[in-house]
Amino acid sequence: MTALVEVNDLSKAFGGVHAVEGVSFAVDAGQVYSVIGPNGAGKTTLFNLITGLYTPTGGDVKLNGESIAKLEPSQLAERGMCRTFQQMQICMNMSAIENVMLGRHLTLKSNLLTTLFRLPALTRGEKAAHAKSAELMEFVGCGEYINAEASAMPYGALKRLEIARALAAEPKIILLDEPAAGLNAVETTALEDLIRKIAEQGITVMLVEHDMKLVMNISDRLLVLNYGRVLAEGSPEQIRANPDVIAAYLGG
Amino acid sequence: MIVKLSEFRLKGLVFLAIVVFALPLFISNPFHYSLATQIALIAGAVVGLNLLVGFAGQISLGHAGFFGLGAYFSAIMTSHYGWSAIPALIVGAFGVGIIAWVVGRPILRLKGHYLSMATLAVGFIIAIILNNEREMTGGPDGMPVPAFDVFGWELSPFGQYSLFGMDISGDLAWYLFAGVVLLVAVWLAQNLIDSPIGRALRSVHGSEVAASVVGVNTTKYKSLVFVISAVYASVMGALYAHFQGFITPAVAGFEFSILLITMVVLGGMGSTIGVIIGAVVLELLPQVLADFQEFEMVLFGLILMLTMIFMPKGLLPTVANFLAKRRSKSAGGDA
Repeated sequence: MTALVEVNDLSKAFGGVHAVEGVSFAVDAGQVYSVIGPNGAGKTTLFNLITGLYTPTGGDVKLNGESIAKLEPSQLAERGMCRTFQQMQICMNMSAIENVMLGRHLTLKSNLLTTLFRLPALTRGEKAAHAKSAELMEFVGCGEYINAEASAMPYGALKRLEIARALAAEPKIILLDEPAAGLNAVETTALEDLIRKIAEQGITVMLVEHDMKLVMNISDRLLVLNYGRVLAEGSPEQIRANPDVIAAYLGG
Repeated sequence: MIVKLSEFRLKGLVFLAIVVFALPLFISNPFHYSLATQIALIAGAVVGLNLLVGFAGQISLGHAGFFGLGAYFSAIMTSHYGWSAIPALIVGAFGVGIIAWVVGRPILRLKGHYLSMATLAVGFIIAIILNNEREMTGGPDGMPVPAFDVFGWELSPFGQYSLFGMDISGDLAWYLFAGVVLLVAVWLAQNLIDSPIGRALRSVHGSEVAASVVGVNTTKYKSLVFVISAVYASVMGALYAHFQGFITPAVAGFEFSILLITMVVLGGMGSTIGVIIGAVVLELLPQVLADFQEFEMVLFGLILMLTMIFMPKGLLPTVANFLAKRRSKSAGGDA
């Protein structure tokens, strides 16, 4: 079985700073795969490389066997990859549900004519997208904000809204960049359940997260980065027992 | 929510239709009709510009250029080549759309000040061309424009027409025509905004990164909205030329571009009805302050600044917000 995501000797340098250097790993379909490491280890840079926001200075990323290192984020979305951000990216000039409906963009084929004259084909698509988006908002646990403006929503709900938007694109793989950052203990437990539910639907999940309890609970495999390089890779048990990781990261 | 949105959309349009059709009950002076017609046509261009500025978060400081191109294309084709006004308007709009697409592709990669400067330059270039192509455009002296004609039937402010058995003057006929054009312009704009394309446009404003990771090709949508707003300007420019009967390169000029942007900002970026109010206010203001004509640009600049500082959301959204807050406050007090 070939891996869904294959990263080969990936590097990114900003001037003289090697944010990511020679990183290789593979993510199988259906896994929850987490990337951990101290601050500045290159986790977010790695995500930005995989999702097309940065172009690597070396190495390659493959999605389903196809090299994607030089593709735009929108082209990756077409290939079934979607993500959320550490610095939330919500369109505050839109309502909450419109943000999720934006995630349906690729599934809604509309042309200018049906749009300008609001022909029945358009309204049908919009109704279906609205229903699906409302369902997703319930699914991620911000159903109470279906009629709210995005700008009126609290932080925790916006984090879930961003996940709903990513799910609306019906991705094969979803990358979550620090979804638990800023959440309290109750919200984090709810997030853990949500990630599990997403994985149960057969969606591959890649996760950058600092909350060790969360990561150890839900990950099938982990990648530990330090100074832009791979420190260790393996199952949660292996990582927990790895002396390098304990020294560098867990502070033991 | 869709029901609520569509209700809201109709509300704005119905409100506008009532104002447009009720206005003739209050005015009868040809000068007032002429002013109202002019406002309606300019408001149509502003509605188009708002799609670009208010919804997609881009900027054009040269939009009068597209207005002027539409105006001059129609003027030249109808007067020099004997075209009928409607085909001239349509071909002109198509041509301006293509120009906007060709120009927009490279410059919409720019952001902020750089995009402002680039669009400003586009406007200047168009105005310079119109000024210098004397043989075609009459240069700075301007050129006369034949009356607007539909299948051999002429619409002139000086004519006499009968509509549903009523005798109406040419001024009123033009006003009603311009009013209907504005209503259609608003209807199309609101349909566009509340659609997948509209969401993609607004997401370019809200978060370009978010838009791109869910598959929105942001470059494509920026070009699209630039083209649409240019086509709006071109169509309104063509109608404006036929209505005025005489145009000068000032219709493509820098001052007019700034006026259009000021209308959008004052009325409320991203509020279709709001920007029309912006157009009404800024067109009426010089009439009220006719004595201070030399200070017109100063005044517009001041309005632009004060709006940005004190009501960055613009006139209509600010007032609507204020009223909503007061209502909820008084409702709270009653409870």
